[in-house]
Amino acid sequence: MTPDAPPSGAPAESLYGPRSYRVWGDDALAGQFLEVSMGPHHPSTHGVFRMDVVLDGETVVRLKPVFGYLHRNHEKLAEGMSWLGSMPYTDRLDYLCSMTNNWAYALAVEKLAGLGVPERAEYIRVIVGELTRLVNHICLAGFLLADLGALGTPLLYAFREREKILDVFEEISGARMMCNYMRFGGVRADLSPEVLQKIARIVDRFPAFLDEFERLVSGNEILLSRCQGVGVLPRDLAVNAGVTGPMLRASGVDYDLRKVDRYGIYDRFEFRVPLGEHGDVYDRYMLRILEMRESISILRQALAQMPEKGEILHPQAKLRNFRPKPGEAYGRIEGPKGELGFYLISDGGVCPYRYRVRPPSFINLTVLEDMCLGQKVADVIVIFGSVDIVLGEADR
Amino acid sequence: MNAERFAAQFPGVQWDAATSSWIVPHEILLDVANFLKTDPEFRMEMLSNVTGVDRLPAKVKTKGEDGKETEHERPGYLEVVYHFYSVSRKQGPLVLRCRTEGRETPILPSITPLFRSAEFQEREIFDLFGIVFSGHPDLRRILMWDEFEDFPMRKDYVEPDDYEWEPTPHDAVLVKARRRQVADSAPPRHDA
Repeated sequence: MTPDAPPSGAPAESLYGPRSYRVWGDDALAGQFLEVSMGPHHPSTHGVFRMDVVLDGETVVRLKPVFGYLHRNHEKLAEGMSWLGSMPYTDRLDYLCSMTNNWAYALAVEKLAGLGVPERAEYIRVIVGELTRLVNHICLAGFLLADLGALGTPLLYAFREREKILDVFEEISGARMMCNYMRFGGVRADLSPEVLQKIARIVDRFPAFLDEFERLVSGNEILLSRCQGVGVLPRDLAVNAGVTGPMLRASGVDYDLRKVDRYGIYDRFEFRVPLGEHGDVYDRYMLRILEMRESISILRQALAQMPEKGEILHPQAKLRNFRPKPGEAYGRIEGPKGELGFYLISDGGVCPYRYRVRPPSFINLTVLEDMCLGQKVADVIVIFGSVDIVLGEADR
Repeated sequence: MNAERFAAQFPGVQWDAATSSWIVPHEILLDVANFLKTDPEFRMEMLSNVTGVDRLPAKVKTKGEDGKETEHERPGYLEVVYHFYSVSRKQGPLVLRCRTEGRETPILPSITPLFRSAEFQEREIFDLFGIVFSGHPDLRRILMWDEFEDFPMRKDYVEPDDYEWEPTPHDAVLVKARRRQVADSAPPRHDA
């Protein structure tokens, strides 16, 4: 398919630069295909993301994602600053989940430097990490419903709960979204008994909210008809394309890094890994709801088991002049969006020699075209929304 | 994981203890990857992470047989690092490294036909490190804009100071502006 000259009578270029669509094809197909540029300012792209979609009528025949609108070369910047210096910058990767970003980076550096983490700090990490998962999944559910046309109400219900968790984050770290909370070998500030009580209250009330939310939307006819059987991702393709996180498990692959790697202290908690059967948008939505219920169970266990007192930073942890010995490490965690990994190479200096983020948002989009081919253009929005990406992480 | 069997299968593959990874000659990279993917003992179906590393030319010291240290020049190279995991056997990572010959015209085989997960990541490496992956179905810049010329993740990259060029009345800027104006007077490109 090559672009043809515009049909006679049509303006070659609009007043505002090149036209954003053109008609494709040779004589036989003249006018059959329409190329549409969706984004980068489309409200459903959750940031600045563009899809170059070719349509046959309403059916998608080609879709090419276009990245880079938010690119600032995070990796190069991190290679020019100290090891700890890029910790606050990891907050800006996936700005909904700064706690888990911090955790993944801290985990990779601890692996590189051979640094341990005190028990209480491990519990704090699990607590804030699972709270982050709640924040991310409930936001995703709200945004997905907004993409489906349920403008406002479900999203505001979701944000109401998110606010309560962000209040806790603000109290412990000073910032609601850009927490910059973890340090190599522990965390930055301890949780006071009052904060723990607050978290316990949130955890107690969250299942009732989930029940309410599910009663409102999970069985909704429009949701069912728009999501079921739409954007099916086959199991083998999901594994081959490196899809991770809820997307992979919705396709029926039992692969949760909290169970596989058992990083931190996840071997101390009992929880189930929900799996999807069909790999469609509805499975991805339900899987996140079910994961939130498991996160609540983990939070309950963590709050009960957590030691009353203890160190929150390893005594050998160095905040200043931190120079890990030469070597390399790949640390990964089960982030809310998938496998968030950091690949680090140290040459013994104050800066990383190589600093690489393995972004789940970016790699999960590899299969976007496969999921959208043959679907209606309106479903592209829904499928894209169910992937759950944040462009700060995809573009870095 | 049976490392001995792996090493016996591919004599060209070399174990690097310092980084706990296998250095694979680029001629057999696809064979090795296919073996890892299909062999029932490895079953590394997921290529999780693909990334590039830039190594500038350096002076390295090696100890000869007589115990004398000799210093010699090590040529620079670019390197691609692959992290494989097995989803069905829940094991990994198995790390492969593949090095280019020199930094001028680095070409490596693309692993995308075997592992779709490499599609965007190889494009990113091409974009930021300038490694060309032969056999990649759609090798274009992905994060930087298409007209960008250099490779920003290379260690010897120098940032141009005219990203968002605007003529301002200063000497050096005026010289640069003149160069730009000559370039602009060339017929504009009409890319499809």
